[in-house]
Amino acid sequence: MVEIDPTRTPTVIVDDAHIIYRVHGAQAAGSGSPLASFKRLVTRTNPAQVREVHAIKGVSFVAYKGEAIGMVGSNGSGKSTMLRAVAGLMPADRGAVYASGQPSLLGVNAVLMNDLPGERNVLLGCLAMGMSPAEAKAKVPEIIEFSGINERGDFSSLPMRTYSSGMSARLRFAISAAKKHDVLLIDEALATGDSKFRRRSEQRIRDLRAEAGTVFLVSHSESTIQETCERSIWLESGLIRADGPTEDVLKEYGAYMRK
Amino acid sequence: MPQTAVADSGTGISLKEFAARHGLHSAAALPSLPAYLREIWAYRHFIRAYSGARITSTFGQTRLGTIWQVLTPILNAAVYYVIFGVLLNTKGGDVSNFIAYLCTGVFLFGFTQVVVSGGINSVHANLGLIRALHFPRAALPISIVAIELRNMVASMSVLIIIVLATGEPITLEWLFVLPILLCLSLFNCGLALFGARLGSKLTDIRQLVPFFIRVWMYGSAVLYPVQRFTDHLHGWKLALVEANPMLVYIELMRHSLMENVKLASPPTQLWIEAIAWATVMFSVGFIYFWRGEKGYGRG
Repeated sequence: MVEIDPTRTPTVIVDDAHIIYRVHGAQAAGSGSPLASFKRLVTRTNPAQVREVHAIKGVSFVAYKGEAIGMVGSNGSGKSTMLRAVAGLMPADRGAVYASGQPSLLGVNAVLMNDLPGERNVLLGCLAMGMSPAEAKAKVPEIIEFSGINERGDFSSLPMRTYSSGMSARLRFAISAAKKHDVLLIDEALATGDSKFRRRSEQRIRDLRAEAGTVFLVSHSESTIQETCERSIWLESGLIRADGPTEDVLKEYGAYMRK
Repeated sequence: MPQTAVADSGTGISLKEFAARHGLHSAAALPSLPAYLREIWAYRHFIRAYSGARITSTFGQTRLGTIWQVLTPILNAAVYYVIFGVLLNTKGGDVSNFIAYLCTGVFLFGFTQVVVSGGINSVHANLGLIRALHFPRAALPISIVAIELRNMVASMSVLIIIVLATGEPITLEWLFVLPILLCLSLFNCGLALFGARLGSKLTDIRQLVPFFIRVWMYGSAVLYPVQRFTDHLHGWKLALVEANPMLVYIELMRHSLMENVKLASPPTQLWIEAIAWATVMFSVGFIYFWRGEKGYGRG
């Protein structure tokens, strides 16, 4: 069971959530012949092309207003899937996810259009977050400025495919951070920025928190989590291993990872 | 503190009650139909910008750019004209202006064809976007229709030049072009929405689409006069062919742009059918897509 603190306002409640997603085209070697496929069809075995991944196996927690929560765990432990479920982008198969307002996920795989210039992607991103065209237009210079992609020349008018991975990650972060969110979910977005940008974005996360939102941060960098989050959740193979003050959780996690 | 060691606190309420008390809503709750429509309306600027961006990025890598929007229908018309008009000489005594007759069919059917294949892929191909951003998913198939409608407007200008160049007069009936395009767009929008959900669940359907499209095209009198049907078919076969929505739209368009076009059914009946098909297909497609709204991220 999860402890409930009735004196505080919750923003995200995850109640025994299970998430299963299907992967198409995950074919094992040697199962690709038409004869093998036909045999599977006749014998009614699950087609090899479709595999089910049970990514989250019953997770419960409550996040409160004004909290910044770090999510740690080894690769493939279900951190990103968990964030997607909180954002309402992946439905839970069992259990439920409740949230106040519309949580927004900011991730490294947020698709922007690579053939279009940065400016236009900023505009598109703002519209996709539900801003009005006038609002979005007014925000563009501010976002470009914050992302700092124009520090080395006029990159904002070049197609995104010419950007380095660090630059596009910065632009993505700048777009999502331009709007006030009740709940902001950040997935490894700061990992590719340089130290100057990292400092600036950590400041922005603190500002967003001050505006009474909740921030979730997935990162493999312990220092980033230590500096921004006072609470952490450690996920391992779809289950919560620890949930509590960052220092305690990171200590446990560190001990586990060194094993 | 490790989660397993925590006992339920003295409050004694479940997480569900706690969520309800503070007005948190379930992420998996389906919005009501009017709420969903309002949401799509609120995202109209995104749909417009996204369609524009898609067109730019499609043509962005070519030297001629958006000129291809006009060149593609011209080339299409030329290919079909050479094969069916010149080589096979399909024109009979029934159709006096075969080039315009053929191009009307090819362009109108082409609109539906790309919408169907684009719609079926629209959810599956944008899974990354769906798993990254929150927006009404119907924006994806609707933007396919918006993109193709823009291409269709380019095709229509080519078509009008062809029609005028082949000696058809401008008449008041040309005003019917707009309501026909409106009905066809609604019909296609329903198809795209329906196909999008179907394609996201049944991935095999994508392999069948080309065959389905080919049968549909031959049944829509695109490449030959509609008299091929009316002269040789009887009973239920004829009724089936005549109820074909694409045949209805193509016939109406030919009728409004050209003189001396023989129709399979009287225009009033065609109009009723055109409006009925648009309404039914749009409602069915929209409701079917909306019912699946929360599951598209699962893949």
